[in-house]
Amino acid sequence: MASNNLDDRKAPLTFQELLFQLQQFWASRGCILQQAYDVEVGAGTMSPETFLRVLGPKPFRVAYAQPSRRPADGRYGQNPNRLFKHTQLQVILKPPPENIQALYLESLQAIGIDLRQHDVKFEEDNWESPTLGAWGIGWQVMLDGLEITQFTYFQQCGGIDLDPIAGEITYGLERIAAFLQDVDSIYDIVWAREPESGEEVTYGEVRFAEEVQFSVYNFEKADVEKLWQHFKLYEEECQALLAEARALPEGADVEARSRLPLLAAFDLCLKCSHLFNLLDARGAISVTERVGVIARIRALAVGVAKAYGAQQMQAAVA
Amino acid sequence: MPAFLLEIGLEEIPASMIFAAQTELAQRVEKLLTRERLGTDILRLTSYSTPRRLAVLAEGLLPKQPDMEEEIVGPSTKVAYRDGVPTSAAMAFAKKSGVDVSALKTIQNAKGEYVSATVHRRGRTAAEVLTSSLPAEIGGIYWPKNMYWRAGKPERFVRPVRWLLALLDEEILPLEFAGVIADRFSYGHRVLHGDKPVVIRAPHEYAEKLDSAYVQVDPEARKHRIRKALDAATRQVPGARWRENEELVDTVTNLTEWPTVVLGNFEQEYLTLPDEILVTVMRDHQKYFALEDAEEKLLPNFLAVLNLEVDDAGAATIRHGNERVLRARFNDARFFWDVDQKIPLVDRVEMLKSVTFQKDLGSYWNKTQRNRAVARRIIDRCDPPLFDSEVKFETFCGGVDQAALLAKTDLTTEMVKEFTELQGVVGGLYARAQRLPDGVARAIYDHYKPASQTDTIPGLPAGSVVALADKISTIVDMFAIGLQPTGSKDPFALRRAGNGVVRILAEDARLNDRLHLSYVCFAAMQNTKAMEDAELRGSIYDFLLDRFEFYLRETRKINSQVARAIRKAGTTGSDYEVGCQLIGYGKIAGFATALHDQVGSPNVLAVAELLKRTANILRQAREKRIAFSGNESEDLFREPAERELSRKVTEVNEAIQHSYRQGNYNDVIAAIAGLQPPLNAFFDSVMVMVEDESLRDNRLALLSRTESVVRWAADFSELASI
Repeated sequence: MASNNLDDRKAPLTFQELLFQLQQFWASRGCILQQAYDVEVGAGTMSPETFLRVLGPKPFRVAYAQPSRRPADGRYGQNPNRLFKHTQLQVILKPPPENIQALYLESLQAIGIDLRQHDVKFEEDNWESPTLGAWGIGWQVMLDGLEITQFTYFQQCGGIDLDPIAGEITYGLERIAAFLQDVDSIYDIVWAREPESGEEVTYGEVRFAEEVQFSVYNFEKADVEKLWQHFKLYEEECQALLAEARALPEGADVEARSRLPLLAAFDLCLKCSHLFNLLDARGAISVTERVGVIARIRALAVGVAKAYGAQQMQAAVA
Repeated sequence: MPAFLLEIGLEEIPASMIFAAQTELAQRVEKLLTRERLGTDILRLTSYSTPRRLAVLAEGLLPKQPDMEEEIVGPSTKVAYRDGVPTSAAMAFAKKSGVDVSALKTIQNAKGEYVSATVHRRGRTAAEVLTSSLPAEIGGIYWPKNMYWRAGKPERFVRPVRWLLALLDEEILPLEFAGVIADRFSYGHRVLHGDKPVVIRAPHEYAEKLDSAYVQVDPEARKHRIRKALDAATRQVPGARWRENEELVDTVTNLTEWPTVVLGNFEQEYLTLPDEILVTVMRDHQKYFALEDAEEKLLPNFLAVLNLEVDDAGAATIRHGNERVLRARFNDARFFWDVDQKIPLVDRVEMLKSVTFQKDLGSYWNKTQRNRAVARRIIDRCDPPLFDSEVKFETFCGGVDQAALLAKTDLTTEMVKEFTELQGVVGGLYARAQRLPDGVARAIYDHYKPASQTDTIPGLPAGSVVALADKISTIVDMFAIGLQPTGSKDPFALRRAGNGVVRILAEDARLNDRLHLSYVCFAAMQNTKAMEDAELRGSIYDFLLDRFEFYLRETRKINSQVARAIRKAGTTGSDYEVGCQLIGYGKIAGFATALHDQVGSPNVLAVAELLKRTANILRQAREKRIAFSGNESEDLFREPAERELSRKVTEVNEAIQHSYRQGNYNDVIAAIAGLQPPLNAFFDSVMVMVEDESLRDNRLALLSRTESVVRWAADFSELASI
């Protein structure tokens, strides 16, 4: 491990230590630490901690590690660099402080990356999610030629222009851990090390079976007919909640508006998004359907964002 | 004389946008100084840029604007005086202008008689002008993509502005942009210098001070340094050279403030992957330079450009990291290659049904069928046919059809999903690996060509036919559903497709005398709604002629008036609906070059003047709705000059047609120039617009024939007074 130029007295961070360090770092910079959101999402951005909290005027700082499921990326555990489910450490700073880039670079040092011994570049890479009606301007951060972070200044979310905007920092934890530990396969990453015996548990031991079994399910077994039924049920329920929100008169009191279960509506929207990804991995969505289904999910996301924005505004005024 | 320095400090600007913005900022400052009368004969601007800054240094400006006398126009004399006595309006105007009412003068302008005052304006200082005007100039810089970052969204810029530095000699100009107030502080390299400010006392110290803070602000110097470093690192590998790539040098120049280079290696075994894939991974994805030997064979090495200066241990760490990434990328590529071979291209045609081409035009399967049909029609339109032998012809048609059938199948491969820029290339490589005929493989490989102005055209006629069919049918079909490019918007890259069409027609030696743009266009319009819609046909053909004019100007470097004259020539089919004797675009481009070489010559100018006069007479006649059609009649000639011009036009027509087809372009020009004496004589002795309508119409018909005989080769009226 000499090549990592880490402090010689210490082995490189394990996967879980990497997470601890980053959480510690951002907690000490004023971030709330959240747990991963407990609904399937394709990216940390889709968690309500990002998607909804970036809306409205209220300042907010949060960090959380979000397992991100992308059924089509599964490789049955056979590809050393690709996973069905990877972990994003998501940091939201709203509004972004002036020294946000410097803070980010400090966080790299906090996980043992000596900037004097590594080549870091910020290369243009803008982010866009048509499904969420969201986009931002930013960079991919390259560390010795490896993309380790997506850094985005969110401009729009759920079709709503943000003011203030939010800074989003998304670390790819598996990649960074593999880099720090200098292993060629994600499955060889040391997840944890027993403090007494020094015995190591690898990423493969923790997660390999999950990659295999979900690849089988996502690509071969998922019941297309049932997935469509689930999709329709979730969509209908979400639409019903949104209709209720729309039916609320503008002058309705704060109490009535704040009781609108928009957070639940958003969960239903996330369910639809994940079901879409599953159907896509199953090859069950034809070309003609595809655009239409994305538009349906987008309608839910935009609908929730709009109603949630109004809820926040009224709460802020009151 | 004072010097002025402005530096805008930013978070990393996208590499592709830096040079244009650097130039624009310098131009804006120069124009501002000139407009505000602060420039001098020795005004000199130097501009700088790095990923984190744009800067401009102006030397030789005036410390203040010269004082100026200015005339201000006031009310009309009718309002200003009553019976010679100044009215209250005159008083008010004098007061506002700061002069005594007795000093008012009377002037005459287009609207009538007015009073005016001569006002002495004191020049403002350079500091005042710059401080107040620069924020708008900074805000006006064009960025292809902007962002908001401050609450309340007061301004948009490419990335957040983090500092401003503005000095007039040693004086700080406290200008404000995006909530930042300028000072004398700059910032050095993030890591090598850290976050302590770099104090700039005076403009001329700028480059040197930043150099000691590990920032080389002059991009030209940085580029030079990168090239030197690439050379030096390459010397570690005997017999190697780095593969030249100007664009990549520019990119890494714009990603670094203090560049150095490390040499890395990869395992020999990856060299079994095709060069195209290896180079794409290195160049496009990793921004590495490839190394090759004297025979241009790739070597298992690469060069990475760092934004850092490190010791040997650091270099070893960074090399190791980069090698690791490249190995993973190559592994992916090899994995994609192996997986993709499990489904041969022929079995992927059906899979194209689930890849959208355009929502109203259907899938790539539909596109494929369309390309096949259009390709066949293009072949059939070749005149003379491409092959004398029927066997060869059928083989060729079979090959083109197979290539058109398989051309898009690589869109379903993992390799192209990962490396989209390799579409076509991957298909060609797979076709070869799957032992399809070499001609088919090459046609698939080449069918996106030319992808840019500097790219080559397809290497074989089969590739050219598939490329033409693909591009022209895309253009026709997109126009038909109203998706033509508008302004700067060209989401389907139709201009690039059009450029490709005209370039193949002008440059493919096997096709360029057999195919005309109008034939190719017709091949794609057949059986579409364009056949019932003359306006649509016209707009498509106009669009393609625009591309041809652009090609002549930008690729052939032909004078823009000549390019315009050629665009309007009969040979190009500019009068698309009428049709006339067309000629191959290779010859047209050849003629354009010959005309370009002679365009300023007295002979050409003289005849161009006469032809412009001819065109004017004809235009006026048409405006008066005078009908003159058909050829002139000898019986109606009254002057010898008419007979002579008529005879000469017939003679010149034959000479033009003959010489043009022989490729003797100078003779074509000489023949046209030969019209000068008879045209001169005609204009000297013949009155065109006479009372006698039959004489008049006969003369107009003669001039019209003269005009169209010449315009078949070029619209010479465009060439008068260059």
